[in-house]
Amino acid sequence: MSTLNLDLSNYRDLLKQYIRTQDETALYQAEQFSKLSMQQNISPEEIINVHIQALQDLYPDLPEGIESSMNFLLEAMISYGLAYQEFQSLREKQLALKSEISVAANMQQTLLTTVKPEVEGLDIGAISVPANQMNGDYHHFVQNNQNTLGIAIADVIGKGIPAALAMSMIKYSMDSFPENRMDPCTILESLNRVVERNVDPSMFITMFYGLYKPETSKFYYSSAGHEPGFYYNAREDKFEEIEARGIVLGVTRDTEYQQYEKTIHPEDMIILLTDGVTECRQGDRFIESEEVLDVIKTYMHLPAQQLVDQVYKHFERLQDFHLRDDFTLIILRKQV
Amino acid sequence: MEFQSCVNINKEWDIVGARQIGRDFARKIGFGTVDQARIATAISELARNIYLYAGTGKICFETIEEIDHKGICIIAIDNGPGIAEISKVMEDGYSTSGGLGAGLPGVKRLMDDFDIVSEQEKGTEIRAVKWVR
Repeated sequence: MSTLNLDLSNYRDLLKQYIRTQDETALYQAEQFSKLSMQQNISPEEIINVHIQALQDLYPDLPEGIESSMNFLLEAMISYGLAYQEFQSLREKQLALKSEISVAANMQQTLLTTVKPEVEGLDIGAISVPANQMNGDYHHFVQNNQNTLGIAIADVIGKGIPAALAMSMIKYSMDSFPENRMDPCTILESLNRVVERNVDPSMFITMFYGLYKPETSKFYYSSAGHEPGFYYNAREDKFEEIEARGIVLGVTRDTEYQQYEKTIHPEDMIILLTDGVTECRQGDRFIESEEVLDVIKTYMHLPAQQLVDQVYKHFERLQDFHLRDDFTLIILRKQV
Repeated sequence: MEFQSCVNINKEWDIVGARQIGRDFARKIGFGTVDQARIATAISELARNIYLYAGTGKICFETIEEIDHKGICIIAIDNGPGIAEISKVMEDGYSTSGGLGAGLPGVKRLMDDFDIVSEQEKGTEIRAVKWVR
């Protein structure tokens, strides 16, 4: 089929062909014509105008009523044409915004980047995927010279850009704490003061901080209202919730956080997560936390990183590849 | 300044009068059907703005003639509250028309040149020009 021209004679010929034959080919070409018109920003009223002129060419003795009715139609289309142009310009704006956000998201990635450390006797897996472009979850590994491993996992209630901004602040506060004061409760207490001073009261941040000391196999932890993680006891082949009480960050200035400890045995696992994992939804139904554990169990034979990747893939698929909340899952397994 | 033709806007019905005079004006200058319709729509928007936000005002028309082309200038004048943030009003999707694609950005699209001078508590003057193609 020849390429269409957006001119009157072409339209007139098409119209003539259609009136004569009622042929689907002509209709198909009319469809092409309208697409081409949109590409070239031709508004609907211009098409109607072309139609009127073609009609006048084909039927010089058009009844007057028909002609006026066509003018009436043209007038009625003007606002549609305007709305279409506005839509075009908003679409361009949206593209610009999108690319601006993706620059910000890249920057956030660089800012919040954390290296999964190598700790002797510990197999570590971590995954964090934002629901939108910017991540409101945060996890960070801190390895200091005494060979201890600090793990922070946090979640801003809410997602998107405000959450991401708050997270950058948390990260930089943590970086500025002295290395000799890395007790989980101390860290949460310091962060609580930072958040209380700097973040809008309507924004809540939950956080779990754990510290693992390889030489004693002890895990110390505190929680600021964070989604409870799980502990896998290998000897009994049982999961239990990691219980830790504590109020979310930033509510009152001088909050004190309780610190807990646990001895980790070979093959045991510590599972830390955000509510994006436990509040996955299948249709309208929230999943049960047992389901998360079942999935973990299914892939438990794999190395920790593959394990968390598979769990993510499972829930990504369960939710039709559309995350509703930022998803962060960290698993530590003590090796034999 | 003396305008060639003016319509006072006091009630909604006056919008129709302004459209009518503007359309006749445009036809005489030599605009085609589509452009006449666009000019009438622009006049509607300007007149409705006066009616809704300023209460009263007027819409005036002028023929402009330059060596090689002719055009129409629509001038909308009111002594209303003025527009505080013109750039906001000119933003797509901002207009109170509820995203119906009109408002002042719509007028700007319908015409070739567009200019607003507005002072708060004093009023607004909008000039919009369209050239015969």
